[in-house]
Amino acid sequence: MKKIRINLFLGLTAISLNVFAADDILKIFVEKEKQTNPSFKSFSVAEGEKIFRTERVNSKGEKVSCMTCHTSNPKAEGLTRANKVVEPLAPSVNKERFTDIAKVEKWFKRNCKDVYDRECTNTEKGHFTAWILSVK
Amino acid sequence: MKNKFLILLCLASMTVTMKAWTDDDDDEHEGKHHSRKSFLFHERRQVTTAPVMNAKFKAECTSCHMAYPPGLLPARSWTQMMNTLDKHFGEDASLDEATKKEVMDYLVKYSSDHAYSRRGSKILATIGSSTPLRISETPYFIRKHDEIADSTFKRKAIGSKANCLACHPGAEAGNYEEHDVRIPRADELPAKKK
Repeated sequence: MKKIRINLFLGLTAISLNVFAADDILKIFVEKEKQTNPSFKSFSVAEGEKIFRTERVNSKGEKVSCMTCHTSNPKAEGLTRANKVVEPLAPSVNKERFTDIAKVEKWFKRNCKDVYDRECTNTEKGHFTAWILSVK
Repeated sequence: MKNKFLILLCLASMTVTMKAWTDDDDDEHEGKHHSRKSFLFHERRQVTTAPVMNAKFKAECTSCHMAYPPGLLPARSWTQMMNTLDKHFGEDASLDEATKKEVMDYLVKYSSDHAYSRRGSKILATIGSSTPLRISETPYFIRKHDEIADSTFKRKAIGSKANCLACHPGAEAGNYEEHDVRIPRADELPAKKK
């Protein structure tokens, strides 16, 4: 029994090492930014919102933006192209958002390619995260 | 002793025959029941299109769409799909190598040419040597949905032919029985399914 408890404790500790509060995800982008830009001060909320709301025609000729699936309101539920409901993006209404850095990186990679036909830079991810955290 | 054995044999064959009857297709405008013979040969194999759910498959593949039962497509389709995830029906759905391998192994293991299922074998019988990536483009699917108008598929709660769950509530478990179908009305909103 004691062994199980210890294992459980170790397991939970291991999980908690990878799960962050949304602020911590932003800190990861901040730290990374400082490595390449020593004079870096902070990310821009306005720039982040611009990334979310910019509409463009992608390489497939479709008019796309983050809003295509997330809607214009980041606190609302969205819909994928296969009609699956997307949980709200803003951490203020969905506590699971921006808590797992692997998940955050995975979706930035996929979605930036879909909307912008390229991967986003660390600077862009930082702006975006700063903005989504500011949505109350 | 010999009599007992004969009675047992009789009982066993009756059970098999009855099972074959109950497994007959209940869909309308169904073609020849060529599956009866194959059913007898496949008696001990998997009979559902979604025998188990793989955790990685669920986690990685169902954020954007429903969990398609692997038995609906042959192994060659799944292999091609998993090797082109960076261009997945117009979206980037790429995975890391380890995850990709686990998901692909699962899909192949339960694909229509590796595990028997009634629905899967019917789709398989209509595709020849082609490698379909969309289940909705297989002749079997098209024939089964020939009475459904394009405008119905575009209803808000359905969206497209990719959304089996909208009308087949048991789709992820491999249930596409006609009497379980419920087509959402034009004014209904997309259902929230976790």
